[in-house]
Amino acid sequence: MSSLTHDISGAVLAGDRRHKARALAIWLVVVLFFSVLLSLGVGATNVSLWDAAQSMVTAQELSARDKIILYDIRLPRTAMGVLVGAALAVSGAVMQGVFRNPLADPGLVGVSAGAGLGAIAAIVLGGTLPVALAEALGYYVVPVAAFLGAWCSTLVLYRISTRRGRTSVATMLLAGIALGALAGAVSGALTYIADDAQLRTLTFWSMGSLGGATWGKLLTAAPLIILALAVSPFLAHGLNGLALGEAAAAHIGIPVQRLKNTAILMVAGATGAAVAVSGGIGFVGIVVPHLLRLIVGPDHKYLLVNSALLGAALLLCADVISRIVIAPAELPIGIVTATLGGPFFLWILLRQRGLVDM
Amino acid sequence: MRRVHPFFWLQASLCLLLGAIIVTSARADVQAQRIVSVGGAITEIVYALGQEDRLVARDTTSNYPPAALELPDVGYIRRLSPEGVLSVNPDLLILQEGAGPVEAMDLLRATGVAMVEVPEGYDAEAVLTKVTVVANALGVPEKGAALVEDLRKEFLAAGQDVSGLQDRKVLFVLSMAGGRVMVGGQNSSASGIIAMAGASNAATGFDGYKPMSDEAIAQSGADVILMMASSGPRGASDEQLFQHPAIAATPAGQNKAVVRMDGMKLLGFSVRTAEAVRALSKALRDAGS
Repeated sequence: MSSLTHDISGAVLAGDRRHKARALAIWLVVVLFFSVLLSLGVGATNVSLWDAAQSMVTAQELSARDKIILYDIRLPRTAMGVLVGAALAVSGAVMQGVFRNPLADPGLVGVSAGAGLGAIAAIVLGGTLPVALAEALGYYVVPVAAFLGAWCSTLVLYRISTRRGRTSVATMLLAGIALGALAGAVSGALTYIADDAQLRTLTFWSMGSLGGATWGKLLTAAPLIILALAVSPFLAHGLNGLALGEAAAAHIGIPVQRLKNTAILMVAGATGAAVAVSGGIGFVGIVVPHLLRLIVGPDHKYLLVNSALLGAALLLCADVISRIVIAPAELPIGIVTATLGGPFFLWILLRQRGLVDM
Repeated sequence: MRRVHPFFWLQASLCLLLGAIIVTSARADVQAQRIVSVGGAITEIVYALGQEDRLVARDTTSNYPPAALELPDVGYIRRLSPEGVLSVNPDLLILQEGAGPVEAMDLLRATGVAMVEVPEGYDAEAVLTKVTVVANALGVPEKGAALVEDLRKEFLAAGQDVSGLQDRKVLFVLSMAGGRVMVGGQNSSASGIIAMAGASNAATGFDGYKPMSDEAIAQSGADVILMMASSGPRGASDEQLFQHPAIAATPAGQNKAVVRMDGMKLLGFSVRTAEAVRALSKALRDAGS
């Protein structure tokens, strides 16, 4: 990012940015609204929102099958898409703010690796659980384990990088890489003892999908994600200050340590819950904030809320694509986000370096 | 000897006629006409019973007979999309045991569509059970009984010429991705077909499909390597196979003894299983000579 703070017209630019950011937010709300309608109205079956609207107006009941498709398949799936998309994008933006590095994402601090490890352990060792426990958890074994994994890895990381109440971001980054490698090693060992069926389940899980969305799963993940998203706007001012460096931020009265604590907790909660219910969905946490910084600049006041909106809309659209490309079968959504996100990200990078002129 | 009133016959025949009409129309009512078949074995049985015109969709594993590939694919057996399944408007789902995920099954059950789960098993009796369950689900029990009889004869005939192979140790290699050899252990479909062909499974001490350590393979004393014919990314050429140090150390490696067969035919435990037994026992005999 080129710094424009020394520019004489900086104030004008800042005002300009504010208008731009507000206009973008309004535009994104509209986009998200249509994405939700699209996600509710499009799928392998030809149940449309029109039918649903008609059934509400006239007394004509939807068939039992159509009701289930709309209210038990598409509705929880859409809600999950909105929450997971927003959670991933905002977590990415917050992480990048804390680490002052546009490439940071929850994967860096071992949160995703921890969640993945939990899920893999549940898939491979799930059969060895005490029967009563397995019965009680039902098919929530994997999400619950993923969440516990994310939580534990965050705690461990935090203990390692915090000395006398001060968290060292650099240590955290290095410890995160080490923890990620360790989680990867254990996951590797688990895949080694997995049988064929478990391996296939693992492969599908790692590619991510919103397909398993049910009201029950949504209820396990939603409170955490909503709480984390609600906290994020309060971090904006502090993250803006942090961009100057920790010492400078402390000088202008920002409670740096508390900010870091809150940010890490928020990211662990949101990412842990999101990865737990939807598996590994990549790229949203890096591409969305990056794209928005290009449009509205680095101010977190605008960045966070726009990230939530764009992340949600993007994931919903990716999910719609995953549902219709090979209907009646489904593509894992991770494949869609990576296929769309990869080339797009490269194009942005090349454009920034002036290698392509458009 | 009382004479029966002539009207009695009329009434009786009318009653019978009416009864027959009611019964047949009821039969026509309960006969599902839009069926989704999940599992390659199930689809083969539906075709063998001549009921394929009632199929509206299949899963990814249903690749035989080739005509089945024309049907819409609702996804991989363990990863079914509930909305995808419902999109073909089915009135009956016939599912191989192991179809999933659980959430999808629960949602499908909630829609009230009829679902029949067919038990999996790895011997001749299991195949006959599958045929019976599928035929009953399709409402053609007599066709099912006829097919069961035919298959029973085929199994008996195939079982005649598997003698003298009990000392042949066969190692089924599922894949060799990244140098890890995945093999079929005990209680797997591979183990079942090897036993039916009269030979013994070289992979002992564990159940299902798992990676086997190199030393265990080298010590397994496998006389023949058995593989699927599909030369996909998971497949390995003979050259790659016998270059693997652990496999090269077995008698099979020294004699370059490998048998390849179509995966669904070999491991599907369906109507082609007797054929697979005959082909496998013959191939095992030839591979050793």
